[in-house]
Amino acid sequence: MLKLFRFLRPYRIVIVLVMALILMQSLAELYLPTLMADIVNEGVVKGDTSYIWRMGGYMMGVTIIGTVVSVLASLYASRIASGFGRIVRGKVFSHVESFSMHEFDKIGTASLITRTTNDINQVQQVLMMMLRLMVMAPMMCIGGIIMALYKDAELTLVLVVALPVLAGAIWLIVSKGLPYFKAIQKKLDRLNLVLREGLTGIRVIRSFNRIEHEKVRFEDANRDLMNNAIKVNQIMAVMMPVMMLIMNISTIAIVWFGGWRIDSGAMGVGDLMAFIQYAMQIMFSLLMFSMMFVMVPRASASAVRIGEVLELQPSVTDTAETALSSRGSSGVVEFHNVSFNYPGAERPALSDISFSALPGEVTAIIGGTGSGKSTLFHLIPRFFDAAGGSVQIGGTDVTKWPQDQLRQYISLVPQKAVLFSGSVQDNIRYGKEDATDEEIRQAAETAQALEFIETMPEGFQSVLAQGGTNLSGGQKQRLSIARALVRKPRIYLFDDSFSALDYKTDAKLRAALKEVTSDAAVLIVAQRVSTVMDADRIIVLDEGRIAGVGTHRELMEDSEVYREIVASQLSEEESA
Amino acid sequence: MSEHTQNKEHGSKPGGPGGGPRPMGFGPGGPGMMPGQKPKQFKASFKRLAGYLKPFRLQLGLVFMAAILSTVFSIFSPKILGKATDELFNGLMDKMKGVPGAAIDFEAIAFILALLAGLYVISAIFAFFQQYLMAGVAQKVVYRLRNEVNEKLGKLPLKLFDARSNGDILSRVVNDVDNISNTLQQSLTQIITSVVTLVGVIIMMLTISPLLTLILVLTLPLSFIVIALVAKRSQRYFKSQQAELGELNGHVEEMYTGHTIVKAFGRERHSIKQFESINDRLYQSSWRAQFISGIIMPLMNLIGNIGYVFICVVGGLLVTRQTITVGDIQAFIQYARQFTMPITQTANIANIIQSTIASAERVFELLDEEEESPEPVRPVVLSSPRGDVEFRGVQFGYNEDALLIENMNIAVKSGQTVAIVGPTGAGKTTLVNLLMRFYEVNGGTITIDGQNIREMERGSLRSLFGMVLQDTWLFNGTIKDNIAYGRASAAESEVIEAAIAAHADHFIRTMPDGYDTMLNEEASNISQGQKQLLTIARAILADPSILILDEATSSVDTRTELQIQQAMQHLMAGRTSFVIAHRLSTIRDADLILVMDKGSVIEQGTHESLLAAGGFYADLYNSQFAATNKLTAG
Repeated sequence: MLKLFRFLRPYRIVIVLVMALILMQSLAELYLPTLMADIVNEGVVKGDTSYIWRMGGYMMGVTIIGTVVSVLASLYASRIASGFGRIVRGKVFSHVESFSMHEFDKIGTASLITRTTNDINQVQQVLMMMLRLMVMAPMMCIGGIIMALYKDAELTLVLVVALPVLAGAIWLIVSKGLPYFKAIQKKLDRLNLVLREGLTGIRVIRSFNRIEHEKVRFEDANRDLMNNAIKVNQIMAVMMPVMMLIMNISTIAIVWFGGWRIDSGAMGVGDLMAFIQYAMQIMFSLLMFSMMFVMVPRASASAVRIGEVLELQPSVTDTAETALSSRGSSGVVEFHNVSFNYPGAERPALSDISFSALPGEVTAIIGGTGSGKSTLFHLIPRFFDAAGGSVQIGGTDVTKWPQDQLRQYISLVPQKAVLFSGSVQDNIRYGKEDATDEEIRQAAETAQALEFIETMPEGFQSVLAQGGTNLSGGQKQRLSIARALVRKPRIYLFDDSFSALDYKTDAKLRAALKEVTSDAAVLIVAQRVSTVMDADRIIVLDEGRIAGVGTHRELMEDSEVYREIVASQLSEEESA
Repeated sequence: MSEHTQNKEHGSKPGGPGGGPRPMGFGPGGPGMMPGQKPKQFKASFKRLAGYLKPFRLQLGLVFMAAILSTVFSIFSPKILGKATDELFNGLMDKMKGVPGAAIDFEAIAFILALLAGLYVISAIFAFFQQYLMAGVAQKVVYRLRNEVNEKLGKLPLKLFDARSNGDILSRVVNDVDNISNTLQQSLTQIITSVVTLVGVIIMMLTISPLLTLILVLTLPLSFIVIALVAKRSQRYFKSQQAELGELNGHVEEMYTGHTIVKAFGRERHSIKQFESINDRLYQSSWRAQFISGIIMPLMNLIGNIGYVFICVVGGLLVTRQTITVGDIQAFIQYARQFTMPITQTANIANIIQSTIASAERVFELLDEEEESPEPVRPVVLSSPRGDVEFRGVQFGYNEDALLIENMNIAVKSGQTVAIVGPTGAGKTTLVNLLMRFYEVNGGTITIDGQNIREMERGSLRSLFGMVLQDTWLFNGTIKDNIAYGRASAAESEVIEAAIAAHADHFIRTMPDGYDTMLNEEASNISQGQKQLLTIARAILADPSILILDEATSSVDTRTELQIQQAMQHLMAGRTSFVIAHRLSTIRDADLILVMDKGSVIEQGTHESLLAAGGFYADLYNSQFAATNKLTAG
């Protein structure tokens, strides 16, 4: 939590100002009872009406100053808290944008999203509370004690007894309740999980006729939550009455002992009245302070999560030696003895991979899940860096390239089409910012997307719902191919990108692609033999190693693994 | 959400006795400044929600009684404390005036203070009881509500779940119900205490001094104006803050999930720029919203203090004229402090109630959804199902006016295989939906063993089927429990047998706890292919007479794929099977091929007859499989 507060640096002067303002506000607040005491002691006892009026005027002045000061404090506090949120959010977001896939895998996309949004909001809210409450409470407390001492030092002894009792009671209740407070979130999560499972698996549950079973599961989680919630609220039910009782008994003690002090002439009646108000202010500030025990842990969990993101260093960075020299390099992709390990994995995901993919050729990579196809792909645009060996483009190691220049050369079509909210046109233009309408149209045509785009009500201007949920899987994939085409790169990476297309479209698309990618290096990752059969070169991956390189015909003859893959996909007679 | 809870936590302080300081303005939202959603039918929904409280009317009565008593007792205390001050003051004045034998009457003070202590204790006890009892009532009500919604979900047709996002339903069952729970727990009694405090305080103040009361009441409209003005402005900023926040979250979600693409196309800078501009706008509306809602407390404070000053001055003057006593002023000051609190609270509560009723309405909406048609009175039970399936003149469309299937007639004999072929997204799930009666046909009949499926109970109909789909569904539990999901009464040996038949036994035994291995929440501790093997084992154990299989096994490695294929063949032996087919061999060997496109069945027949017809299927076959055939053969 405190670590995050380094981002408050630009506000340090303002924070001091807020503290000063709140101190002034507390003083104004505390000064009112003193003035009232004077009215009673001087004005009422002596029957001095003009004195009463004069003091009344003072009180009014003090009140107005107090209000102005606290409005100002509120103004600056809001700006600090919101500004802090803005700074942290900006820092986290731009930091995350520099992450490689590595870091994304490590923390998880969903978690990164929560950390950038909810967690920062949570911390921002608590900061706001802290600025008001954490500053206000001690000031009120200290100010109150000073005023009480100044009014009557001996009567303050009552507080010496009352305050530890109050603090002790708060501690006792909070410490007893805390496990339940913490548990409530867990039980709520559990209920959520059961419900979510019930919704996502609804067809399975119904087909197995297990509705009753799911109902019981839900009821169990629900009952568990209810019991815990009742417990929490019962503990809270003790809290307030006990607090109030301690405060009220203290008041009685003050009146009693104060009476003796008045009797002996050590203080006036007005002083006693003021004293009671001070005592209440001190105790309330203690109570307010105790709220922080509930708030701060909640935020500090968030703060820790945010801190983790900021501390995680991107593993793929531009090195100092990255020369910006113009490389008129070709799109030759070469792997020299490349190996790669996922952190914590026992076996390397890739080992000893060597091949080259030439412009104007189609290089296909085939293999089962876990064979390392996608990993291999991700080394080319440097989503990861190889652990050993060297991945080269145009004869230069990719780690020597500035990342953005390197990626200018490459178009990736991922397995799962990712589109962004915006129009169809925006999404295609994502591949090339300055693409003309004509270029976009052509790319769409090649990607076999033109037909369905034109049936959409506003054609290229049609807006996609978030993530393109209003499109079918095949349509999304075609748009994502168009986006890659418009870039006119030297290297195309198709990561199992044709899976959602029906056979006819697939065939047409392939034919059209051949024309426009004639001078680029095309790499295709695939699961299905039918996708790769026409490739100039097929690389068969098995458990991270190259098990064979060649054309379909060559591989059918001398690659055991390849034959096995073919056999698993086509029945015997067909592959024979 | 958290903002509300915070506010309520603070607001729940009972209008406590003692000359406490005014409520401090804190909490990011300020009191009730969040723009609540407005319910559509306030009265009806309110009544309905109240209906849920009915079984607890006895407890609620007690709660209300306790709340009233606690408040009433606490209302008396300032006046009594004032009496003690009076004793002190009078004794002192007499002494100053030199009245002989004058002294402070400590005996009287002791008596008063003892009385006061009694009142405080009683008030505290009642306050405790009120909250304690309410805890039970509130939580039990929401418990029932949640169960009711969940039970309802079990009776709703699938149509509803397909039309709504899971997030929407989840949020109704969890967040909305939670909102109701918070309100019941805290705001309900707060309304009572606020009203009682307000009335009681006014009465007490009137007994002390009508003039002072008048002065104080005159500050009331001022408070209302301030609240209204501030609330109006802050709602505007809160709304825009909410909108910016939504946009920001959307952007973050999009950019993070599409991180590969952002990187691949080198658009990080562009994305950051966009983020910064939303972030900037968020900052602008956020600090304004915070500020505006933050000043409500200082302003209320100002009004309260103005009242305070007037009371001190006017009260002081009145004491000099002997109209009231010093103790009265003291008591009055305390009352004045208690007076402003319930007012701010009521403003808060109005907002909370609105959002609660809106939440209740969303929950009720779900409860009011039309259920599946009732089960037949005398359902047909197939004692020894064979698995003959027949479609006779079936008409179906997800939309009544857009029929996907117009007149479908097929007859499948027990043990036959039906291959369903067509491009992805061609609506193959439609058939599943109809067979299992997840959706009702619009016309015609589907029969199993000659019996109309509408004359069977859904449960017994569905137990005839086994389903292995591509998106596997497993739950957070052990592997054993997941396999046994198809037949809860299965013995462990049967589970293992099924696993062996499904080629899943081997991998299960390599897991740390074997069959007792817990699948985690996302079931991400096993691979996609392994999940599929488990669902096959589940289907084998359930031993259905009709199967629905999805052959697509993308993202599964070749060896597992082979195993899945073998397991499926084992499963299909002797059962009527509907296979969403991808393998040529399966398709060719099928007894019937259904060719689907754009949601409807466009052709049906055997491989040979369809090829001869030269339609869509022939096209498909020639473009895909034939080419494959030639190459591999060559």
